[in-house]
Amino acid sequence: MNSPESLEFSYFPGCSIATTAMESNYSLMQSCHILGIHLQELEDWNCCGSSSAYSLDPELGFNLSARNLSLAPPDRPLLVMCPRCLHHLRHTHLDMQQDPHIRRAQERRWGRPIPPDLEIIHFLEALVRFGLGNLKKGAARSLNGLKFVPYYGCTLFRPPALQRQKYYQAEMENILAALEGKPVHGAYNYRCCGSFLSAVRPETVTSLVNEIIGSAVAAGADCLVTSCAMCQLNLEVRCTATRKLPIFHFSEILALALGAKDYEDWFTRHLVDPRPLLEDLGLIGPPLLPRVP
Amino acid sequence: MSQPQSPTKTSEVVIISEVDRYFAREVNRRSHTDLNRCYQCRSCGNGCPFVESMDYPPYGVIRLVQYGLRQKALECATIWICVSCHTCSSQCPNAIDIAAIMDTLRSLALEERAAIAAPDILAFHLEVLRSIERYGRTHKLGIMLRHKLLTGQWFKDVDVGLRMLSRRKLDLMPSRVKAVNEINRLFLPYWRVKPR
Repeated sequence: MNSPESLEFSYFPGCSIATTAMESNYSLMQSCHILGIHLQELEDWNCCGSSSAYSLDPELGFNLSARNLSLAPPDRPLLVMCPRCLHHLRHTHLDMQQDPHIRRAQERRWGRPIPPDLEIIHFLEALVRFGLGNLKKGAARSLNGLKFVPYYGCTLFRPPALQRQKYYQAEMENILAALEGKPVHGAYNYRCCGSFLSAVRPETVTSLVNEIIGSAVAAGADCLVTSCAMCQLNLEVRCTATRKLPIFHFSEILALALGAKDYEDWFTRHLVDPRPLLEDLGLIGPPLLPRVP
Repeated sequence: MSQPQSPTKTSEVVIISEVDRYFAREVNRRSHTDLNRCYQCRSCGNGCPFVESMDYPPYGVIRLVQYGLRQKALECATIWICVSCHTCSSQCPNAIDIAAIMDTLRSLALEERAAIAAPDILAFHLEVLRSIERYGRTHKLGIMLRHKLLTGQWFKDVDVGLRMLSRRKLDLMPSRVKAVNEINRLFLPYWRVKPR
């Protein structure tokens, strides 16, 4: 993976990252810009079906995901940021690979070809291809031993339908440790954040989130770094513990290490202000304006 | 940890002539997994993060299906509480895709107009689908407001909503798909027709 062409990807942001978690999108764009990874947003993408379509009508979810695949150019891998979207898109694509009749039915439905050999990868994999050595060379600042829990949530952790496919365990800590962050082990890295129940049954999710944050505090972490925008939101919104930890999107910490400068725009969107922690570690400068609590 | 009740109490009698003998087969076929491999080791119930909010633990639901107790299985709350986090499947020694079983039972419950044990959760899912149908993408603020309108719980969670608004986490305007007609035509499954 040394030729520049191989760093061309089509990009599926997904609803959360395009709206609620825009800071994740901004920092991803910054990281890719600095590293020379070219992302081209999938033209007119739609929601992958989210939990709700798959909960009520798996066929509807399948069709929604298939439309996205019918929009993907065949000549480059499709890069996905959201673990749930990644899971749905890969699962749908795998079903179509295993049964060409299903694929052809979807091609007829959309009037567009669906590339049978399309690679669908997570951003973490693009970084692994880029190479940890290259990444270190590109880093503008050290993470100064930032003690973080690599929090994957549930979906990147080998869902049963994709058991024989790639999975992404340990990549977050590999990458951030290469940038001189300090991964903390022993917390609930893979415990589910509560997903959509956060909107309907907040009591249930609050106790889960408090357990997760509590385990991170007990393990001696200063923050959690997550690969999932929904986890990030649930962990921030539903934590009622007295000691709250900042929750970062993985791309934010990466972009910070790579020297991105527009971090104020991302961090002001957090519900638990991460700036005091980062200032203490000398990762960002003092505030330009006094902060509104 | 408090675990929910076991699927059948010792005092309860399962009348063989009244059970649905083909239920397990049907669920297996639709969920592409094999629940007959379950020997009730209960690992799934020990790992499930949501088991305390469920009326039956995951293995309990599987037992109901194995026994052919169709109505009980389709009317339990567990199938609605499950968020498909797959913790159970990753712990299952027989690699049963338990979340896929929950998906199947949920679809069956809707198709057969079974009593829904968690109407609030169904209402939420329907709001998300409405948003996807309209815009091709989910619009969080719209979903939350309509959900509140329908459930009448205007004051539940207001603080969280306001904090999210103040951090610009809720967009006022939805992000849309241009070819939204392509999305609209997906939305004609028959169970969305109003129940009797």
